[in-house]
Amino acid sequence: MSLVRRGRWITLVALVLLAGVYVRALAFTPIERLQGPAQKIFYLHVPAAIWTEAAMILVGLAGIFFLFLGDPRLDRFAEASAEVGTVFATIVLTTGPIWGKPIWGTWWTWDARLTSTLFLFFLYLGYLLVRGAVRDPGLRARYAAVLGICGMCLVPFIHLSVYLFRTLHPQPIILKPSGPSLPDSMLVTWLFSLLAFTLLYVGFVTQRYAVSLARDARETAAAEHG
Amino acid sequence: MAELLRQAWAVARKDLVLELRTRTALVSAVVFTALVLTLFNFGRDPTAVPTLDLAPTVLWVTFTFAAMLTLNRAFQLELENQALEGLLVSPLSRTSLYWGKLIANLAFVAVVEAVGLPLFVLFFNVSVSRVLLPLVGVIALATLGFVAVGTLFSALVIRTRFAELLLLVILLPFLLPPLIGAVQVTARLLAGRPLSESVGYLKLLAAYDIVFVSLASFLFRFTVDE
Repeated sequence: MSLVRRGRWITLVALVLLAGVYVRALAFTPIERLQGPAQKIFYLHVPAAIWTEAAMILVGLAGIFFLFLGDPRLDRFAEASAEVGTVFATIVLTTGPIWGKPIWGTWWTWDARLTSTLFLFFLYLGYLLVRGAVRDPGLRARYAAVLGICGMCLVPFIHLSVYLFRTLHPQPIILKPSGPSLPDSMLVTWLFSLLAFTLLYVGFVTQRYAVSLARDARETAAAEHG
Repeated sequence: MAELLRQAWAVARKDLVLELRTRTALVSAVVFTALVLTLFNFGRDPTAVPTLDLAPTVLWVTFTFAAMLTLNRAFQLELENQALEGLLVSPLSRTSLYWGKLIANLAFVAVVEAVGLPLFVLFFNVSVSRVLLPLVGVIALATLGFVAVGTLFSALVIRTRFAELLLLVILLPFLLPPLIGAVQVTARLLAGRPLSESVGYLKLLAAYDIVFVSLASFLFRFTVDE
């Protein structure tokens, strides 16, 4: 099976699972006492946020290995991961305000957590802009790797400034040292959603990787003929 | 190590001598700083917003913008007459080239800040005499961090299209942690709070400096080689 087709199948499975998450979250998971139905967005928002950050870390790791090994596959993966990360950051930044309006009474606040996600989004945009601004493939891969590594190192600092800054954002409820503090039915829905988003990430990255592969093949062919 | 520093100093001295002979960039940056501070004064309603609330923001936005404008200079000037190639074929390690550029940039930004701070005190009527030493310390700590990242990125963008604009776009997300830290500490200092209240932010600034100075020293070699 070709890479594009494999990516499409994974994405399809992920989308079916995501539909399942919707059904389970809306019909089979209890409504949160204080936030009401608005809390349902948590099942989309948090997995998307986790993959937004994970994608950036993977971009950085791919960058490190690329600088040492020089394998173009790593560069293609980093490119794919960064684009998918941008999409996920967009999901986080859209679902957040939709939840914020009924709960906080405002679409946007200059809260540390919101600001840091926004900056992560800008980081992705800058990374993709640098990729677009360099013509030479070798140089592009190297520059992107350097920027990706710096971006990865920036993520913990953004987090650190989040904890120092006073924040309105709910504190982590699952990924915290004392363990998850929510009912099992909610946790199961959430884990189900995390699985769907993980597959979605893999599916998107695989398809995007195939596009880069085709572009690289064309560039090589053009270099040989031109 | 001594050899590294000697080479770095040679590069820095070259840049500083070059700048002192022409003075265009330095004078422009100082005038720019004075203009921004003046404009800020008219961009607020003095009856509605107390000066002290706005002062740290004004100071840091001015400093970071002035610094970003001067960062472009470092490698742009090496593009003329292929001076960069000359530097790269000379028996100079990549790390000392980076450190040389970093030292020159720091000296450059320090001059801008040394002129900016008294102007800021004069225009905004804030008393800094009691907290001058810690304030200078915070300025140095924050400046080192973002100039270190900025020097690396200015080397990265010179061979791209729209280098000046691209540098701003990729550098701004990296300014977030030092900017938050510097603004918070400055605000506490100007409000007469003891330095012990700012320990968290000072640690953040110090950690940022250590991580990004080492990272940039290591990654620099991948940005300049053809």
